[in-house]
Order: sequence, then structure tokens, then C-alpha cells
Amino acid sequence: MNHLPQAWGRPRDDVYGAYDPSHFQNAAPNQHTQSPIVTGTSVVAAKFKDGVVIAADNLASYGSLARFTDVKRLRKFNDEVVVGFGGDVSDMQYLDRLLNSLDIRENYSNTESSLNAKNLHTYLSKVMYKRRSDFNPLWNHLLIAGLDGDAKPFLASADLLGTTFSSPTLATGFGAHLAQPIMRRTIPDEAAVQNVSKDDAISLVKECMKVLFYRDARSMDKYSIAIITKAGVELTEDERLENQSWAFAESIRGYGTQVN
Amino acid sequence: MAAVFSGAPPQGGPGYSFSQTPKAAPSGERQHGFYPYTDNGGSTLGISGATFTILAGDTRSTSGYNINTRCAPKLFKIGGEGPDNKGARIVLSVVGFAADGEALKERLDTIVKMYKYQHGKPMSVSACAQRLSHILYNKRFFPYYVHAILGGLDEDGKGALYSYDPVGSYEREQCRAAGAAASLIMPFLDNQVNFKNQHVPGSGTGHELQARVAVPLPQPAVEGLVRDAFTSAVERHIEVGDELQMMIITRDGVEETYTPLKKD
Repeated sequence: MNHLPQAWGRPRDDVYGAYDPSHFQNAAPNQHTQSPIVTGTSVVAAKFKDGVVIAADNLASYGSLARFTDVKRLRKFNDEVVVGFGGDVSDMQYLDRLLNSLDIRENYSNTESSLNAKNLHTYLSKVMYKRRSDFNPLWNHLLIAGLDGDAKPFLASADLLGTTFSSPTLATGFGAHLAQPIMRRTIPDEAAVQNVSKDDAISLVKECMKVLFYRDARSMDKYSIAIITKAGVELTEDERLENQSWAFAESIRGYGTQVN
Repeated sequence: MAAVFSGAPPQGGPGYSFSQTPKAAPSGERQHGFYPYTDNGGSTLGISGATFTILAGDTRSTSGYNINTRCAPKLFKIGGEGPDNKGARIVLSVVGFAADGEALKERLDTIVKMYKYQHGKPMSVSACAQRLSHILYNKRFFPYYVHAILGGLDEDGKGALYSYDPVGSYEREQCRAAGAAASLIMPFLDNQVNFKNQHVPGSGTGHELQARVAVPLPQPAVEGLVRDAFTSAVERHIEVGDELQMMIITRDGVEETYTPLKKD
């Protein structure tokens, strides 16, 4: 997935030619989302032997403007599921309301067990696929983290096209380029998940958030992180990046004001 | 890599600022900003024999140059009992746009299960094959962007294999490769399964030359061909790799195996 949500779902320029924006000023009623406006950047997540860690920063950008700096992009659904949102923030807020009403409906029905992460992923991916089939997409890339029906760690993604996949580590947007290779080094496959402790996974995800802050221009050093285990959800929404080292910036040449 | 998905604000179009929005509508055809398809890469293949059918596919899922996951199966059991399709005798493979593939699989699976519920007998492969064609054609003007291959055993217990295009044209065949590496695998299959360009040694020259007659291959030979096809495709196509998923349909049921492929 491309790291710029503006390009998601667009016909590729190299295949279909440059984008024709003619529809932007057609003042017809009932317009569909043709591009995201206020966007959130990467969401990163990794499984460990008893659960999942997921993180996303608290920034909502308006193009290149860092517009809102206190937007929570991780949503706790219940004691075993957290959803992380990348892409358009208003569509995220719509999905948030949708999940609220789903939760209320589920709690009024007399079923014994609540929805698990696998159930919620199926639900959300069907919502996303339906909306793309109506040519009215929800411009998001979601990560659903939590526990499945057998209380095993579950991590899967759903995007604006309805594409779904699951992997021991996942990252959306820029994170797919920068965080995924780092996380795959420690957790290359499903078998490796058993050797990863909670602390290992947390420090791995925190390391990824740091790399993303260094290199993603639409990121921020304040982020949310959630750990989902059988014990429940630990959600922290005002985490700050620690131990930053900008020493590497000294060695970068070719930009800015240096002469050599 | 430069031209792939340039995510910058479109040149000549509105940037992030509304004041840049063009005032007049450009002439020519109107283009939608949202393209509902993507290609998730990967490859599948199917070969039918006298008493069996083998379907195979790699498990890599890609978008552009990224690997989404190394474990996304493209082969699905159709029918049978419950969510695990216990006792299913039909296998569907889909390659192309994975979300459409998933939707197609779910529709066909429901139909085949409802058929058994309503008629009290499992659906035949030929009936299932025609139904799949109708499902695809029903979405002729907003197609499921997938190449499907359906495998099973026919009423005589012979291997049956049907291949489809995205709008439902279908045909029963001995072998078919689909997906990203189809152009690499299909010529190999033509030569090794249907013995194309093979001749009887010493049968003469020119018009005298006799083509070698194709016969159904034994199961171990076909398994070998499938593995060779995929190990070769992995070498030459970046969207193919990680694991090889195989489903072997015989009178005893469906046997599913996973074997590693190169992960580079």
C-alpha cells in the first residue's frame, strides 16, 4: 500500500495517465468521497505469544498541515478488540459511530459471548467492500487487533477496497515500507510469535514508531498504544517517543544549507 | 520505481488548497477519482488426471512492490458441511483482485450448500461450473476481477477442471495456469501435459512427423509438474512466492498441503 492516503484507490498514474480532477467543482448533491481530506498516517501492530500490540500517532493532517494534534486513532471496541484507523479521519469517525451502534445492538441481544476480533474484522471488511462496490468508499486502512474465538492473538487488516489479509505483523501507509521490515526481522512468521514476549513486542512497536517519526513527514511524537491480552485492553493515549537521537541527521548530505 | 503510485497532489489539478480548484470543467470524458480494483498478484494452476484433479496456488499477497502477507490462501473448498467445508468435493481457486475473489468464493459456497440443503444431494461439478459462470456473467458490467479455476471429479469419477475469465466465459480443460505468472507456466503445461511440440521419435521429417498423443498423467507425475512450475515461476516473477498451497481431489476427498517456496 502506498504511504500517501491521497493515492489510495486511485488509478495508477503510470498505467491510466494523470488524474482528471474535473468532478471536484460539480456542485451536485450527494457527493461521494473522491479523496481523503483530513488524514491519519501509519498504524503498526504486532502479535506476541499472549496477545497483540497496536500503535498509531495522535496526528490528523490536512494535506501537509499538521492540523489536529490530539486525535485518537485507536478505538477500543470491547475487552478483547482494538481497531486502528489510517486514512480519512471523518470516515474514521463514521466507522466509530457505526461500531458504537453495533456494540449497543450486540449488548441488547441475548447472546452469551461478545464479538471477538475475528467477528469484528469480518464485519468491518464487509462494510468496506460494500462501500467500495457502491463507488462510495470509506477512505481508510484498518487494522483489527485482539483475540479470536479460541482466545488466540488475532491481527488482520481491511482497506478501502475491501481487501483483507492477516499476518503476525502489520502496518498501514508509510509503516508498510518502514515498520514492516523491522518487525519482520523479529517476527518473520506465525511460528516466531510464540518466542515473542509482551515486553519484546511493546519495545518493537515503540521502535517502529520512532523510525516512523524520524522519516514520515506526516507523523508526530505523541502516540497511542494498546496491548490486548486475555487480561483485557491496556490503552494509553498520550505516550511520547523516548530516547530520540537525531545524531544521524548530521550525516545527511544533499539537502538544506550545507555546501559540500 | 519512480512512477508507481505517485501520491503527490495531481499535477494541474487541485492541490491541498481549495483556492487552487479549477473553475472550469475540462472537456473530455469525466474520470472517477476512485478506482475500485487492485491486483494482489500471485498465481494459480490446475491439472486434471484420470482419477484426480490437482489445484495449486502460491500464498503471497502483494500490493505494488509491497508484500501484504506471506500466507493468504487462494484455494477454497466449496460446499461440504459448516465453515470448515467438511467433506467438500469441489475446489475453487481465484487469483486477481483478492476482495472480489473472497466475495465470489462466499457466494458460490453458499449456493452449493443451499443446493444440498434443498435437494438432499451434493451439487455435481458440471452444475457448479455452470452456476459459477452465471455468477460471473451476472456482474458483467462491474465484473469480479478474478481468474477462477474450478476443480473436482465428474459423474464418471474422472478429473474435471473448468477455467473462467472474469466475465464468465468457461471451458473444461486438462490444465490451466492463471494469474501473474500464467504466461510463464502455461507454455510449460502445454508442453508437459498436452505434449505440444513433442513428436514420436523417428516418425520422419516435415509432414511425416507425428505428434506425440497426450494421455492423462499419473498423480505423482502431475504433483512433480506443479512443483516444478511454481519453483520456476518464483525465480522469474516477483509477485509469486512464500508458500505453495495444493489441493488434491480424489474419490477419497480433498487433501490439502502447504510446502515452502522461496520468500525473496
